[in-house]
Amino acid sequence: MSNSDSPIKSIGLHIGEAAPGCKKTDPMLVIDHVKKSFGGLTAVDVEHLEIPKNAITALIGPNGAGKTTLFNLLTGFDTPDTGAWEFLGTSLSGVPSYKVAQMGQVRTFQLTKALSLLTVLDNMKLGAKNQVGESIFRALFPRAWRKQDAEIELKAIELLKRFNLEAKQADFAASLSGGQRKLLEMARALMTDPVLVMLDEPMAGVNPALTQSLLGHVLNLKKEGMTVLFVEHDMHMVRHIADWVVVMAEGKVVAEGPPETVMNEQAVIDAYLGAHQDTDLGVVTGRISVIDQEKEK
Amino acid sequence: MDWGTIINNTLAGLLTPTTIAFALAALGLAMHFGFAGLLNFGIAGFMAIGAYGYAISVLTFGFPWWGGMIVGIIGSILFAILLGVPTLRLRGDYLAIVTIAAAEIVRLLFLTTAFTDVTGSADGLFGYNNSGGFTSANPFPPGSYGWGPWTYNSETLWVLTFGLGVLAVCVWFLWALMRSPWGRVIKGIREDEEAIRALGKNVFAYKLQALIIGGIFGGMGGIIYAAFANVSPGVYVTSITFFIWTSLLLGGAATIWGPVIGAVIFWTLQAFLSNILPELALAGILPVSGTQAATLRFVLVGIGLMLLVIYRPQGIFGDKRELTFVK
Ligand SMILES: Nc1ncnc2c1ncn2[C@@H]1O[C@H](COP(=O)(O)OP(=O)(O)O)[C@@H](O)[C@H]1O
Ligand SMILES: [Mg+2]
Repeated sequence: MSNSDSPIKSIGLHIGEAAPGCKKTDPMLVIDHVKKSFGGLTAVDVEHLEIPKNAITALIGPNGAGKTTLFNLLTGFDTPDTGAWEFLGTSLSGVPSYKVAQMGQVRTFQLTKALSLLTVLDNMKLGAKNQVGESIFRALFPRAWRKQDAEIELKAIELLKRFNLEAKQADFAASLSGGQRKLLEMARALMTDPVLVMLDEPMAGVNPALTQSLLGHVLNLKKEGMTVLFVEHDMHMVRHIADWVVVMAEGKVVAEGPPETVMNEQAVIDAYLGAHQDTDLGVVTGRISVIDQEKEK
Repeated sequence: MDWGTIINNTLAGLLTPTTIAFALAALGLAMHFGFAGLLNFGIAGFMAIGAYGYAISVLTFGFPWWGGMIVGIIGSILFAILLGVPTLRLRGDYLAIVTIAAAEIVRLLFLTTAFTDVTGSADGLFGYNNSGGFTSANPFPPGSYGWGPWTYNSETLWVLTFGLGVLAVCVWFLWALMRSPWGRVIKGIREDEEAIRALGKNVFAYKLQALIIGGIFGGMGGIIYAAFANVSPGVYVTSITFFIWTSLLLGGAATIWGPVIGAVIFWTLQAFLSNILPELALAGILPVSGTQAATLRFVLVGIGLMLLVIYRPQGIFGDKRELTFVK
């Protein structure tokens, strides 16, 4: 994957002014009045938010802004105090997490969840949907599932190749490095043939060499027609691949817009960059190569 | 010391209806804990329900022996559902607390005098193998079979054959399930159920299925035990649960053959210790009385279990990487 050519950005995603809660021309997720408190702390309080279809949306904000909590709510891993949200026009309130995933909205976790004592290949194969052999009765008859299982395996190996994990397929996932686990989790999520991919800090802990290819993978998802919503702290990375940026602070959406403009809004500088506005976050996290290429352009 | 008798009794312990019954129960725990990660500390309760289900339906309701055994299995399935539905959505350790309590409740219900007519209370139940027709279903004519320590009368041989048949079916069943995509989901749940949920699998349904399958194995263990001995509430105590856990951990929790071989080793060792310890006391080598010496073996079991978990948590047959307590 080469970064020398700048990714093609999707434009014309929103209707009217780019402000918190603005309408999108073609929304995939529509969120209304979603609120979640832990004790006295309001972790998430989103009035209205639309996530555009077939685009890469970055969700940014300082630690504790409520990004992960919002992910949990949207995917059914947690229930909000109030509010409703729709995925492709279907209400997801009260829908259990596994059904959300079956509908094509798949997520990864900030704290990677590799299935340590399963092989990398088995990790991948678990991602495939509608497996005949996963029903307890048909499981007893290999004739019913062997062919499908072989197809799933081919698909898994294909994806592992793309993510440079092919050589590891027979190893336990426990033996992978932190960055490789992030890759595995993302590849496994793709096994479900998702429509919307939600990545919670996919680059955290991934070494700079892998970051490049991870960025490439995320861009590829869009090319293949998927919608991506991802949480990331690195501003350069966000600027590089995101078509749209949503900024959260203290549970609320404080700004949204295309990456070039939203970064300059005072609300964002106040909320997110704060004391770090003079610091180059890309340098801090050691992902210089991407930045350099950006500067060359 | 009479080494001949000691060795003879020890070798006989390799193949007894008791060994088979506990191998079945350990197989159930392998399904629960080794593969699905469910902490079931109430396996004795499953055995009790299997045994009483069989005996009561024959004695009180006049079922034929096979009908009674089916009732015992249905009983274990219902027990699994009863335990699982309220607890499987909670964190793992809750299941451990609930199962240990539920197994005690079951035992006390069978022990209480309130239902003496049906349960026999402290006396337990007997005679059901005859009246249910299990004894007369014996295809072996009366006589003596086998050789040396493994000499059996036709009744014991019948229970052994029947028990081994049931064990073989259960081992095959577990093997067939665990090599399938279903088994992959189950192992995934053991590793991280949230990750499995995020991949669109109904984790609760899978855990309930695993609880039921293991529960059936446990119930079958109770039935085989009852087919040989009487049904007595004194058998299904919490310490039996821990013996089965020891067997399982000895062999290897996340393996198919581990629980079976673990049970064989455990009960053979028990036979050896219960023979040699009183002899040692009698010979003045151990400074305790004969009765004390017999109970000493349970102390040794406890120490053995601790050493096992500390030094070889994956058991004899397990892959070190596949199951350890400290993750
Ligand atoms: N399970 C929980 N119990 C209590 N507080 C929580 C819980 N989960 C998150 N929080 C709090 O909610 C706020 C938002 O957390 P989170 O969504 O993880 O932020 P982010 O992902 O943006 O860094 C934080 O203040 C955090 O401490
Ligand atoms: Mg977070």
